[in-house]
Amino acid sequence: MSKIKPRAKIPKEAELDEVIEIKTLIRHPMHSGRVKDVDGKTIPRLIINKFAAMFNGKVVFTVNLEPSISSNPYISFPFKVKEEGTFELSWEEDGGNQYKLTKSLKVI
Amino acid sequence: MIRTEIGGIVNISRRKAVRMIAVSSALFCSGFGDVLAGKPEVSDQINNVISGSQAREVDVFLDVPEIAENGNQVKVAFEIESPMSESDFVKEVYIMADGNPAPNVAKFNFTPYSGECFASTRMRLSKTQDVYLVAKFNDGTHSITQSTIKVTIGGCGG
Repeated sequence: MSKIKPRAKIPKEAELDEVIEIKTLIRHPMHSGRVKDVDGKTIPRLIINKFAAMFNGKVVFTVNLEPSISSNPYISFPFKVKEEGTFELSWEEDGGNQYKLTKSLKVI
Repeated sequence: MIRTEIGGIVNISRRKAVRMIAVSSALFCSGFGDVLAGKPEVSDQINNVISGSQAREVDVFLDVPEIAENGNQVKVAFEIESPMSESDFVKEVYIMADGNPAPNVAKFNFTPYSGECFASTRMRLSKTQDVYLVAKFNDGTHSITQSTIKVTIGGCGG
């Protein structure tokens, strides 16, 4: 099992009122609960079921993911820059585990 | 520029063409909301989402490949025309696939902080099928579009 590792590509700085694109990727097998292993046993469902992006404590974008999302889920989304601050990205796994990442953004 | 991934200068004519097709199908489908989906689960889901709401005519651009060689990683991107202001924004976008064991793929929740309405992800498709996008606006109206994807190798492990 490879380690579950979230990544995000966010510009370090942006102009005021610019719409930036944020790209995120988390390394995760996304077991759909339908695949069998080599012994014929079903691998139980284990997926990332929620992604949330917060900026300065406000929720700006969320996604509810289902088993039909590929392994290593990639999500890109827009954000309009209004102020400097910190992004807090979180991925929630079945069973409640959370993976988090914070990144700061400067206004030029 | 932020949109280089979806379509650079080279792609503009193709993109416009695809967009026109997407828009025309959106207009077509919005008038026949109840009968558009082939599979009962998907039409049930869509009817659940849009029940009691009006259709809105707006540019919806669903960017999916025509042919997916590998059903495990199928890019799905969309772009919806909207001012994304406090009074008028896209609230939810549902992606559904009618040939998968479970039709729901993802639900994107936007806020006015987004500034524009676009996003992309990757999905699994088990076989050749239709993919639907249902957008819900903050005033309760909705918009639907669909696209058929041919899948060479299925991606649901079965």
